[in-house]
Amino acid sequence: MKSKTPLLKRDGFQSLLSSLICVILGVFLGYIVLLLINPEGAWKAIVAVLKNFFFYPSGPARMKYFGSTLVKTAPLVMCSLSILFAYKVGLFNIGAAGQYVAGAGACLYAALAWHWGWLPCLLLAIAAGMLLGGISGLLKAYCNVNEVISGIMLNWIGLYLVNIILTNVKEPTSPYTIKIAAGNPKAIMPSAGLDKLFGNNQYVTIGIPLAIIIAVCIYVILERTQFGYELRATGNNKNAAKYAGMREKRNIIVTLLIGGGLAGMGAALLYLTGIEEWSCSQSSVPGMGFNGIAAAFLGCLNPIGSLLSSFFIQHITNGGGYVDKTLYSSQISDLISSIIIYLCGFVLFFKTFMNSRGQKREDTRFAPEPKEPDKPASDGATPEGGDAK
Amino acid sequence: MILLLQYTLIFASVLSLVALGGCISEHSGVINLGLEGIMVIGALGGALMMKYMPQGTSSFVVIVLTILVAILAGVIYSSLLAISCINFKADQTIVGTALNMMGVAAATVIVKAINSAENPDNVSSEIQYIWQKKAFLVNLGGFEFNWFMLIAVIALIGVAVMLYKTRFGLRLMACGEHPQAADSVGINVYKMRWAGVLISGALGGLGGLVYITAGVSQWKFENGVAGFGFLALAVMIFGQWKPKHIAWAALLFGMFRALSNVYSGFDFLAAMNIPSGVYNMLPYIISLIVLAFTSGKSRAPKAEGIPYDKGSR
Repeated sequence: MKSKTPLLKRDGFQSLLSSLICVILGVFLGYIVLLLINPEGAWKAIVAVLKNFFFYPSGPARMKYFGSTLVKTAPLVMCSLSILFAYKVGLFNIGAAGQYVAGAGACLYAALAWHWGWLPCLLLAIAAGMLLGGISGLLKAYCNVNEVISGIMLNWIGLYLVNIILTNVKEPTSPYTIKIAAGNPKAIMPSAGLDKLFGNNQYVTIGIPLAIIIAVCIYVILERTQFGYELRATGNNKNAAKYAGMREKRNIIVTLLIGGGLAGMGAALLYLTGIEEWSCSQSSVPGMGFNGIAAAFLGCLNPIGSLLSSFFIQHITNGGGYVDKTLYSSQISDLISSIIIYLCGFVLFFKTFMNSRGQKREDTRFAPEPKEPDKPASDGATPEGGDAK
Repeated sequence: MILLLQYTLIFASVLSLVALGGCISEHSGVINLGLEGIMVIGALGGALMMKYMPQGTSSFVVIVLTILVAILAGVIYSSLLAISCINFKADQTIVGTALNMMGVAAATVIVKAINSAENPDNVSSEIQYIWQKKAFLVNLGGFEFNWFMLIAVIALIGVAVMLYKTRFGLRLMACGEHPQAADSVGINVYKMRWAGVLISGALGGLGGLVYITAGVSQWKFENGVAGFGFLALAVMIFGQWKPKHIAWAALLFGMFRALSNVYSGFDFLAAMNIPSGVYNMLPYIISLIVLAFTSGKSRAPKAEGIPYDKGSR
């Protein structure tokens, strides 16, 4: 065990370990809830949640539902990117849910009322998301309005507005919008042969690779460009960034614009496949944006990590559909995701704990001089960090 | 018109109760973004209590027991926020958001489980408490007086006195302004913050109960409380963290929320033929505008949102 100390102290490994702890604990607590509700079917239900498309015995059906999970993972990836991008700049973009709604409204209306092609629809969805994000950004930068509160307000405003707008393009007899495949097939994103890979699942389109490409782009922007560095510096210390000549107000607005665009695009990646229609009588904001929060934090705020975590979250969300409905409700997977977010709050504690464990061992091994007190601040215990101020 | 007044007062009661909760928590130094989830859990506790109340229980017992259970549920749930944010120094925004999502998900799972255990065909997320609800109402010549209105006023006065006139309240506020200074004169900051969060849980739980029993006729738990926890935070900011101002802010916001319930009763509003969605949006739009104008000179407690660490000075 002693020889593993360096591995335990490596940041990437710690992040991975913390996320795994969150997932395992989250699933375990979810299982306990199931046990409390009805002990007999609990094991079957939790297995169903975790199995999702493995529920189907045959290969092609499995691939088909694997494809469906991926189709819904793409928007989730975009939402989690939106949240992690803003979070790197010190902003909590809970408005991603509303930006997602705005994107959905924009692309569906453009597709069904104006009969646009898929690309303009996608761009309009991005613009709609950016508009909402931009409002939050302006309010934050110039009026000092907390972005969480303005985001929540905009979520509800967006929901009611989109309901009103999309009522114009809904089926006469149901609350759902007209199917894009029937109303305007050219607004469906091309599948580029991908549907063949997934058991002829016609909803598998270029949306999935597009989301992966965007994730890589966000990673490059944040970690490898000056622009990304400036944004992260603003997030770490707004005043220091201002002192160093960075325009912190502009950075806040730009960040939320980008965050909004990402979430808006996420909606387009879902609705332009035709897998779902919008229900114009919805009375709650779709959970995609909120699940994005879970995915972003579970992915350790790393774009590549969020690809994996988004898939996991969507996997269990879809898996919730396979539980025995006479015993449990499918919201059990929402419960598990929310427990996971709650546990993500403890990640800092896990890391500090691991660091201090490692620190103590190192002290006893190498250091004869008096021990520095551990400083459980954000960057963990560094040997020199003990006597700040 | 009486209907508008009635709904305004009831929504204002919800908002002021929850905003007072947020206010106490923030004065102790913890931003309680989980109020929405706390409201749902408090509402769930109260609703279940009402459901299992035997038919014919006297109104007084119904009122007292239901309120106590809602408060208890809110307090227990808010301790999840307290333990992570105070003792483990977790990010208050993340934990608050998690509590909101968990509250709705847990309430839906529990209510559906109860409903389907009673009747396998019942997959709704509603709880029946029609007759129990009547215990809270007193009819005063067309105006339905609700006991919760009185409770909200009492809570308002109580919180104002507690914050400004008692040793506990002043110490609590010190922990939100300058916890290190408070600690140096022997105040246990962690204990004070726990107290702040738990009281906000009690008020939030009570507010949730008021919302589902009086604000709306039937409640689907999968909808949470429709952003009321956040509207309450807007009320609190607009009220500049002061109980008296919070009361006025709550009345204003309550009125706009009430309009969406009763606008069809006004001839000139009904004649304009505006979709109901517009009225639903109104409270949120107003709160955005109000926040834009009032947040600049914010009097927020200075140390709110920063976990207290004994080691840092």
